[in-house]
Amino acid sequence: MKAARFLASLLLAMAIPAMAAAQTLQVTGDAVMQSLTGSAGDPARGRAIITDRQKGFCLLCHSGPFNEEPLQGNLAPSLEGAGSRWNEGQLRLRLMDNKRVNAESIMPAYHRIEGLNRVGATWRDRPILTAAEIEDVLAFLMGLKAEKAP
Amino acid sequence: MKRIALALFACCSIASADERRSGLLDMRPEAQAMQRDDSMNPGMLWVLDGEALWGRKPTPAAQSCADCHGDAAASMRGVAARYPAFDQASGSAIDLAGRIIQCREAHQAGPPLARESKELLALSSFVAHQSRGLPIAPPEDTGMRAVRALGQRIYNTRMGQLDLSCAQCHDDHAGRRLAGSSIPQAHPTGYPIYRLEWQGVGSLQRRLRGCMVGVRAEPFAYGSSEFIAIEAYLMERARGMALETPAIRP
Ligand code: HEC
Ligand code: HEC
Ligand code: HEC
Repeated sequence: MKAARFLASLLLAMAIPAMAAAQTLQVTGDAVMQSLTGSAGDPARGRAIITDRQKGFCLLCHSGPFNEEPLQGNLAPSLEGAGSRWNEGQLRLRLMDNKRVNAESIMPAYHRIEGLNRVGATWRDRPILTAAEIEDVLAFLMGLKAEKAP
Repeated sequence: MKRIALALFACCSIASADERRSGLLDMRPEAQAMQRDDSMNPGMLWVLDGEALWGRKPTPAAQSCADCHGDAAASMRGVAARYPAFDQASGSAIDLAGRIIQCREAHQAGPPLARESKELLALSSFVAHQSRGLPIAPPEDTGMRAVRALGQRIYNTRMGQLDLSCAQCHDDHAGRRLAGSSIPQAHPTGYPIYRLEWQGVGSLQRRLRGCMVGVRAEPFAYGSSEFIAIEAYLMERARGMALETPAIRP
């Protein structure tokens, strides 16, 4: 288990193609229970990744509690309350590869490199977000709790 | 609301049940006004440059476009509305810019015109402007049918690191907001366009490169058979819609 995780991060770090990285995805039901780094992410960094147009670019499609960002998309539900709708493992899988849950989804797989077509040279053979960045985003999303009904 | 706007624009061709709309209508009113008034439309500067080039010999020995084609208002009327077209000589599809490049090479023996060069954009703008207001009318020949089918396949194929197809944005989510941009239906009615973001004029293929780079895909090369195929498919999709060259876009 531990060896597999070590191998996974090594492979990703070296940007080795695909099949190898895919085999290491440990899906249980609709969730990935294990942290990809072995530790918890940093929510402040996660928030910055979400609003960064080169990193997470989540606000292309989503809206959410980011008042400093006037240009938010409406192709996807608001991220508000995501941490109440899903548990951590479910959110991890949705971030890594939402098409495992919904094959038709337009949401990019943030941590998968195989099965893509004509990826630009700059972006080839590396995931959109690294394992550590996935954990950071996840840590922030888990803090987005829905307000309790009165 | 959408319907009303469409009806106002529909003067030129579109049946009332037609949901298609030009990207013109997705712009702020000021940008629309800029396109509609030739004295404010910066794309007209390229058209005027093109008009001057039309009458000029590229080398003293060569003939000008006008020497062979005469008055463009007559000889080039409707031409842009039916490109890309099948080129019998090469047995493949050719776009309007490619045809102009070919004329320079074969009939003027002048210095070659590079894709996206100021000169080629000016000539393309001038030629396409002669079809402003005319309905897009792609040719029916069988050669073009295969080309359009390829274009449609590419249009529907997910690509790039973001793994999105053209259709997922422009068919499934047209009218929605991608961050700050309203997603248009991707009708090629206005090309070459003056794009505010470029602060200059560019071709449809430059616009398509932008969309491909946006999803982190490796763009096709200028003048490639893939780009000409997409262009041919987009023109078929916009059949009957009016040409606007030179259009303004955000
Ligand atoms: C290209 C558009 C797009 C981008 C970019 C995108 N998403 Fe999504 N996302 C969607 C759509 C559409 C859904 C709706 C569910 C589906 O499609 O399966 C979704 C669903 C989700 C969900 C579950 C929705 C819920 O009920 O709470 C979460 C969480 C989520 N996205 C987070 C993110 C984060 C974080 C990012 C950036 C790292 C991101 N998304 C980037 C389109 C996108
Ligand atoms: C020496 C004569 C000659 C000159 C000069 C010339 N052309 Fe042509 N052009 C032709 C001929 C002949 C055709 C028909 C197709 C062919 O044989 O290439 C043509 C075809 C075209 C077409 C396609 C018309 C259609 O109906 O499909 C365009 C557009 C065009 N020329 C633009 C230009 C431009 C712009 C210039 C100047 C840069 C130019 N031509 C210079 C002879 C000329
Ligand atoms: C992620 C969504 C997305 C994808 C995928 C996408 N586009 Fe676009 N496209 C846009 C947006 C947004 C604009 C408008 C940009 C602006 O207003 O600055 C646009 C503009 C265009 C236009 C200009 C329309 C006009 O009115 O002049 C065309 C044509 C076009 N896209 C074609 C394509 C093609 C072909 C593909 C596939 C190779 C594609 N797009 C992929 C979002 C997308």
